[in-house]
Amino acid sequence: MRATAQDMLPHGPTTGFDFTLSGARLCALGAGALWWPAQRTLVVSDLHLGKSDRVSRRTGVFLPPYETRDTLDRLQALINDLNPQSVICLGDTFDDDTAARNLPQADRTKLQGMMQGRRWIWVEGNHDPSPPALAGEALAEFNTPPLTFRHVAAQGTTGEISGHYHPKASLRGQSRPAFLLDRNRLILPAFGTYTGGLRCTDPALTSVMEHNALAILTGPVPLPRPVNG
Amino acid sequence: MECLPPQILRWFSDRGWSPHPHQMEMLARRNAPATLLIAPTGGGKTMAGFLPTLAELAEGTHEGLHTLYISPLKALAADIKRNLTQPVTEMGLPIRIEDRTGDTSAARKRRQRADPPHILLTTPESLALLISYDNSDHIFRGLQRVIVDEVHALAESKRGDQLMLALSRLQAICPGLRRVGLSATVDDPDALARRLARHPDPCEILQADPGPAPDITMLETSAAPPWAGGGAAYAIPAVLDQLRRHRTTLIFHNTRAQAEIFFHNLWLANDDALPIAIHHGSLDRTQRERVEAAMVRGDLRAVVCTGSLDLGIDWGDVDLVIQIGAPKNVKRLVQRIGRANHRYNAPSKALLVPANRFEVIECLAALEAARQGELDGAPLPPGPRDVLCQHILITACAGPFSSDALYGEVTTVGAYSDLPRCEFDACLEFCATGGYALRVYDQWQRLVQRPDGRWQLRDPRATLRIRMNLGTIQDTDTLKVRLKRSRGGKPLGEIEEGFAATLSPGDTFLIAGQIVRFEGLREMTVEVTRNAARKPKVATFNGTKFATSTQLSARILALLNQQGWPDLPQHTADWLTLQTQVSQMPRPGRLLVESFPHDGREHTCVYGFAGRNAQQTLGLLLTKRMEDLNLAPLGFVATDYATLIWGMEPTTDPKALLSLITLRRGLDGWLAENAVMKRTFRTVATIAGLIERNTPGQRKSGRQASFSSDILYDTLRKYDPDHLLLRITREEAQRGLVDFARIEEMMARVGDRVDHCQLARISPLAAPLLLEVGKVPIKGAGVERLMAREAEKLMQTSGLASLTQ
Repeated sequence: MRATAQDMLPHGPTTGFDFTLSGARLCALGAGALWWPAQRTLVVSDLHLGKSDRVSRRTGVFLPPYETRDTLDRLQALINDLNPQSVICLGDTFDDDTAARNLPQADRTKLQGMMQGRRWIWVEGNHDPSPPALAGEALAEFNTPPLTFRHVAAQGTTGEISGHYHPKASLRGQSRPAFLLDRNRLILPAFGTYTGGLRCTDPALTSVMEHNALAILTGPVPLPRPVNG
Repeated sequence: MECLPPQILRWFSDRGWSPHPHQMEMLARRNAPATLLIAPTGGGKTMAGFLPTLAELAEGTHEGLHTLYISPLKALAADIKRNLTQPVTEMGLPIRIEDRTGDTSAARKRRQRADPPHILLTTPESLALLISYDNSDHIFRGLQRVIVDEVHALAESKRGDQLMLALSRLQAICPGLRRVGLSATVDDPDALARRLARHPDPCEILQADPGPAPDITMLETSAAPPWAGGGAAYAIPAVLDQLRRHRTTLIFHNTRAQAEIFFHNLWLANDDALPIAIHHGSLDRTQRERVEAAMVRGDLRAVVCTGSLDLGIDWGDVDLVIQIGAPKNVKRLVQRIGRANHRYNAPSKALLVPANRFEVIECLAALEAARQGELDGAPLPPGPRDVLCQHILITACAGPFSSDALYGEVTTVGAYSDLPRCEFDACLEFCATGGYALRVYDQWQRLVQRPDGRWQLRDPRATLRIRMNLGTIQDTDTLKVRLKRSRGGKPLGEIEEGFAATLSPGDTFLIAGQIVRFEGLREMTVEVTRNAARKPKVATFNGTKFATSTQLSARILALLNQQGWPDLPQHTADWLTLQTQVSQMPRPGRLLVESFPHDGREHTCVYGFAGRNAQQTLGLLLTKRMEDLNLAPLGFVATDYATLIWGMEPTTDPKALLSLITLRRGLDGWLAENAVMKRTFRTVATIAGLIERNTPGQRKSGRQASFSSDILYDTLRKYDPDHLLLRITREEAQRGLVDFARIEEMMARVGDRVDHCQLARISPLAAPLLLEVGKVPIKGAGVERLMAREAEKLMQTSGLASLTQ
């Protein structure tokens, strides 16, 4: 595992933390997405589009219905900056299948605009097991050596990129969404606007990650820290 | 006297008593639509309120509910039940009295709805719940009188607004309903009376004889108070001495944490093993009830307490009230003092114990004001619309309603009498569709309009969720504390979730007067073991922190500028003398700003005397300005009289920082992003029903399912800045926690008369601020710098840094 100071941009959404996983040189962006420069591939996880739609259906509580727009705007900004060849959505892109069907036309158009002219891969998640009614490839997992992309981390794998847990970590009392990294795997933070987090010291995460794992806090400049210590 | 039925007259005469003049006066005015009685504690206020009810019920012909009594505390309702049942039984009156609170069993509540008692004693929340049932008309049919106890305390909170909205509902069911308010001494009885009466009904005000002037002094101790802190440990021997010399003493504190620490220290020094107990709102109910019962039996010599004992519960023979820490507000002080000596015509006796040296000055100022009978207060704000939103949902639970009729009812509430129809409609719209500019919820509205034009819940099952989240009391999320391996055992009490998050196994803290060791979190319970450590390592959990009133602040400022301070103890006078030698004294009509380096950081201290909330806001606004000027502020702390800011660079030109125009501009921008606004939003959104505290089934586990209300706030600000809840949040924050009005008042008071003292080291007045708790970090460039430094250090010490090279 190697990391060097990143000097793409001093500040901003595409400021990143460079590291190597199974020989692939990767960059954890402060905005909460992963960038694979050699493949010009952008990876985001747990967008949970349509969360307010699902909550209103289930509880009658009307959350401000702007999280889909906000999430897509932030994704658009990254795509504009990086112009990726491929985009991988690591699952739980939609809060449920109904939310995917109910996606407002403006948001659908925006998403389709982003998909234009690039490969787009939907990895399925526990919230959105069926492929969305959109173009792109829907896969249970995506393998492109040396890396494997799936929603939930599996035991005994290497070179694995996953999401699902919404990890977060804190420094000096500030808690932020975070990437978790060890020799074998990387877990992405949730990219969606209405997503909570799970502390990286939670047993659900410590049982998956090695003891000397790193947490890379998102923010203006991504900040790495040991998970334990 | 002739209008009293013979049973009641006989009861008085058998005891050789006669009713107080104000009790008879209440009886004479019993047909008035609204009456406000202002009487000191112990003046037979409760009997005055109930006497007309007893007289009307004496014949035994009334069917169903006659009088509804509402108190702000469950314990008070239970206490009144006890104190009223006894004379009613002795008089032989055919009257059924019951209470109904959150503690009443579901079976009993159901029976009360089917067969209501003559007198029902309840709380605002339980009443709101009652009117949410579709058979509420049946319960309240025949209701004649409503008695609101401690109306002065309720009127200052959203609980009072919710109550008055509920009363407007009752008044619509029972047009002849008469209202009585019982109040302690207040600064503006007319304003209170307008809140009590149905608008625009008149409200008669009856002032009982206030009794002899209280005997208040400052406790003299041989030891000098410390420079900062609220523990008042120095005064323990002198306080114990007072306890020995009195029958029963109430020891009031301003916060729960202070009460716990004081109680702990009192026990360590209690060599005579005097029976002393502790009582505050974070303690488990059964623990509190045990203390209350012991108090009533006269088993206790002292109770260490907080605002939970502020209200008029009759605890028996209290002959001394001790206030630990400055009372911050003269009105509250006078009301607390009223708790001593419940015999009418005997003066109350009270002692003030300043917790630190600045509080010596505050206590002296409060004492002067109390002696001169100068109460302080702020005008009551208009009715809050988040409470109105909840009221609309509660109304919908009871059945279909007409918006015109409901608007008509709402505007009979004093606080809402000026509410424009468009504001009401905005609240209704929020309840129906969320009220967003982006209209996506129209297809599943929460409230829908029927063909007859009336509104109803789209899904009747929503009543469950609405009832579960009813009320306006905003406890911060708390976790129960329980002894490990005593599952099913009684919890010791509760601590705030935020405080629990800071604990590591092995940390010790105080709860229910004992030191416990944090073992871990199990589900949503904090598990602890008993620990014999003499000094708890961590000892903070928040209680209410009051801001010193404007009137009291002015007195303090005047006192500071006295010649030689003849009334102050020597230690305090010496401290002030030193301040005048090293720096200078803050003066009325001027603003003192001190700058000095300390502990590797540059400090700036602004003595605004604007009260804790406004000084806190000033801290937020000034640090924003400093951030813009590249002074890299790192944090600040505010007290009632000053704000102390620290950062990487010194302040050289305070006037550039302190311009009202830039401050106000800062208020719009920076303030919108700060934690105070977010906290206010959380409260507003919870009361209005956007955030649910309770959901059917399991409590939110705190895992990834839930996300912070801050995200909702940020999203609304970005995409729907004029949303109803944001408008309410802004208004409330400016008045409440932000208190910008007092910053404006301060700026008007000082104009451009700023005295800037650049010092080589910390000044005597500023030093205590460094020891204050509640420091606010600034999340700016300075913190990113420090976070990066910290991350680097952690990587180095863990050895991971070399691994990633």
